[in-house]
Amino acid sequence: MARARFDVRSQPGFGTIALFTFVVLYLPIITLVAYAFNASESLTAWGGFSLHWFGEAARNTAVQDAAWRSLVIALSAASVAAVAATMAAIATTRTAAYRGLGFKYAFINLPLMVPEIVTAVALLIVFARVKVWTGYSGLGYLILAHTAFCIPFAYLPIRARLEGMDEALERAAADLYAPPWQVFRRVTLPLLRPGIIAGFMLAFVISLDDVVISEFVKSGGQDTLPTYMLGQLRRTVTPEVNAIAAAFLALSVVLVTIFFFINRKKT
Amino acid sequence: MASAADVARQEEGRKIRSRWLLSAPALVIVFIAAIGPLLVMLAYSFMAKADYGDVKFGQFSLDGWFSVILQRDIFDDTLTLADAHLSIVWRSIRLSVITTFATLALGFPTAYFIATRPRHTREVWVFLVTIPFWTNLLIRTFAMQQVIRNEGILNSLLIWLGVIKEPLQIMYTDWAILFGMVYVYLPLMVLPLYASLEKLDFRLIEAGYDLYAGRLAVLRRIILPLVKPGIVAGSILVFIPSLGAYVIPRVLGGGKNLMLGNLIELQFGAGRNWPLGAALSITLMALVMVAMLFYVRNAARSGGGHG
Repeated sequence: MARARFDVRSQPGFGTIALFTFVVLYLPIITLVAYAFNASESLTAWGGFSLHWFGEAARNTAVQDAAWRSLVIALSAASVAAVAATMAAIATTRTAAYRGLGFKYAFINLPLMVPEIVTAVALLIVFARVKVWTGYSGLGYLILAHTAFCIPFAYLPIRARLEGMDEALERAAADLYAPPWQVFRRVTLPLLRPGIIAGFMLAFVISLDDVVISEFVKSGGQDTLPTYMLGQLRRTVTPEVNAIAAAFLALSVVLVTIFFFINRKKT
Repeated sequence: MASAADVARQEEGRKIRSRWLLSAPALVIVFIAAIGPLLVMLAYSFMAKADYGDVKFGQFSLDGWFSVILQRDIFDDTLTLADAHLSIVWRSIRLSVITTFATLALGFPTAYFIATRPRHTREVWVFLVTIPFWTNLLIRTFAMQQVIRNEGILNSLLIWLGVIKEPLQIMYTDWAILFGMVYVYLPLMVLPLYASLEKLDFRLIEAGYDLYAGRLAVLRRIILPLVKPGIVAGSILVFIPSLGAYVIPRVLGGGKNLMLGNLIELQFGAGRNWPLGAALSITLMALVMVAMLFYVRNAARSGGGHG
């Protein structure tokens, strides 16, 4: 057959461009990680392999504080967001359309549509005034701001999971005289768990990664890991920042890989 | 005696109330820390500016909005167009459009390449696109900085190849912002493109070749129209964050090559002009809404379906 030699799927040059794209995607990240292992002080010359800068970063108290703060904020924001999003998802799925349904949906997803810088300065305006009124300037502002933009991210996978769930199981439980709360705890919640975990993780990663909103909302001395790095980039950069970035990157890759496999098992 | 219909109606009313109660926490949090502040900002854009940042509360003024496009000469009080602002708005739009086309040019062949791999390896390729997508934006910007700076890999490579003798000054130019945005937003183009290319029916392409269409004709007349929803979705996903970019121009563009996001920040920092900053923010939101409307209209027209 002459046909077999001619691949209808191939387009000339596409493979080359694709290869180029993957090089472009990975070259900068690999460079960044490689220089984290550089023994020399500078970012230009290679001075041999060393873990020196990781040690330096780990001993830096400013880095420790920022990492700890990032973790506290991400855990709190993702937990609250996951709970609020689960409740909202239950209220907005598997139901006939009712007045306010579309409104709720738009309302919850609105933070996704607004450019981050706009939300950031809007929060700056409001929190600046609240800080004067109440005198409180703790981590609460950061946690609240993070929770708000985490909610739509937590909501999406939970809602998706809920929509794919069979209502017959819950109806069967109710038929067997399980009170509503028990139906929820023993049937709905276990079935929904993968969605909630996915939503929580998504929210956690989104919160951990946030730069812009944290940069504008934080009070003095409230650096998160990303805002700390942003501050460092203004000065002469040493491989210490590379080491922090590389560690951060490793954490993200682990989380994304877990997320990827959780979602794959489902299908 | 309540009729069955009454009971059903009461039951329905109770359900709706409990649904509002259930969604209340999410709605309240989003209102307090997202929508409410946006409304406050809208109000601030119509107030007079105070001398040291903030606004004169409740004092109506259109100065903020005027300063978006006009400036008053401090000596003779004449009004002229605010060239500085307009050129920054124009730069934001221009760079975002170029970024969108550049990511499309790289992303379309890449998504096509992934979609034509054997089924079991596709997932691996998609995963390879997902990893940079989930990597912190700041880290990716920083990584790009290390590639394009004067002593970076790109310049070293070009000098080694003999293309140039002196390192190119890319950092702190529009090119740096462009490279950064293309790099950072590329996965946002590839993923939706792949989603629609994956569903492409290759029998249609075969039919095209049978009817003596050339490769270009097949690409232009069959493939592109079929994956148009993916192209529109990817373009909007790249264009919108590009327009509101803040971190990338701040790190790669230096202090001179501002985009809208940096101009907004400036008004809340050194500029001490909160009403102008608020007005600029709403301008940015309006631009995003226009892009979004364009998307919705396009999505509606192509009907979201194939063939």
